[in-house]
Amino acid sequence: MKLYNGGKILTGLIIFVAIATFPIYYNIGKVNAKPEPKLDTPAIQQMAESERKCVESKAYMRAEHMQLLNNWRDSVVRDGNRQFINSTNKHYNMSLQNECLRCHSNKKKFCDECHNYMAVKPYCFDCHIAPKEEQKS
Amino acid sequence: MSMDRREFLKMAGISSILGLGVSAAATAQNILGQGIAPDKVITNPEALTAKHWAMVVDMSKFKTDEDFQKTISACHTTHNVPDFKNPDGSVNLKDEIKWIWKETYEHAFPEEDNPYMDEKLKEMPFLVLCNHCEKPACVRVCPTQATFKRPQDGIVMMDMHRCIGCRFCMAACPYGARSFNWRDPRPFIKNENKEYPTRTKGVVEKCTFCTERLAFGKMPACVEAAPKGGLLFGDLADKNSEVRKIVETRYTIRRKPNLGTGPSVYYLIGGNEHA
Repeated sequence: MKLYNGGKILTGLIIFVAIATFPIYYNIGKVNAKPEPKLDTPAIQQMAESERKCVESKAYMRAEHMQLLNNWRDSVVRDGNRQFINSTNKHYNMSLQNECLRCHSNKKKFCDECHNYMAVKPYCFDCHIAPKEEQKS
Repeated sequence: MSMDRREFLKMAGISSILGLGVSAAATAQNILGQGIAPDKVITNPEALTAKHWAMVVDMSKFKTDEDFQKTISACHTTHNVPDFKNPDGSVNLKDEIKWIWKETYEHAFPEEDNPYMDEKLKEMPFLVLCNHCEKPACVRVCPTQATFKRPQDGIVMMDMHRCIGCRFCMAACPYGARSFNWRDPRPFIKNENKEYPTRTKGVVEKCTFCTERLAFGKMPACVEAAPKGGLLFGDLADKNSEVRKIVETRYTIRRKPNLGTGPSVYYLIGGNEHA
């Protein structure tokens, strides 16, 4: 079997493979840092250790906070019911801006940390005002 | 194994029914497994409630321009309403957002046209806002139900999360009570109220009778800031409420009632001399 224009084809193939696999080489050795949302806001640190709890368990919040927020939104805006009773019978004001962000005042280190990693862009903060954060990278 | 045509079709039918059943069950479980039970939310106990919220505007109490400005700015600062200005300082009418504003008698009550009318009344500014109609035209036309009438108290409310910015409601509203965000309002809000959201480019907004304040037992911002007795807010369905008594005993007018929208904002004009 004879390969016509073998030189050109092989060079082309090599260039193609090099370009196609470039992202792999480029990122090799770079540690893909896991997102680490920070909980060290002043409001949280002032709380007693036993009271340092979100409205629901950590596992639930981690997996389901978007559903919870959606339900809160519908309940507040559409039904006018603004109080949430959690699984331990504690009452909370359903408000992203006035309740969630009261403790989690570090939007950049709390919300954005994971959202950026997962490349999701929720539009909550197009309207809801996040607290001002000091610039200390 | 040999299989005739009839046998094959039977098998195929049974397996597709089984497959559909399993996937339906999985979907159902997925839906049920999500979210919180609806009975775990309640209304704030301190909330002000009514069957039919309504407002009476007593124009005789608004004497100076400052009275108007105080009332308007109380609302607009509370709700992060942007202030669009032209370079020369005048209001940019194209971008302007307003929840409560001043309107001339002629424009507020166009049917009450009378060429020999008292000049004073004709040129008198009126405080106008969303009328929270009994039969709101804006609600009928909204394709996403972003604007809706609250069944519990008659407030015509907006769900900014749903608004797609089609502006049908603006065309439908006979009172011009709705404003569209042609541009990002954030840079034009001088002092942000951190407890209330702003809006984003591409949504329509209007007065909500301060649902967020009523829920915590507070009167609407404009009512608190207005001169004493200038704005009265209460339950029109309650026979003993102040607004109902005024509407029953004094002569009040509404904006364009002949359109059949049933506005819930009543105007008391002229105080003592004209009433």
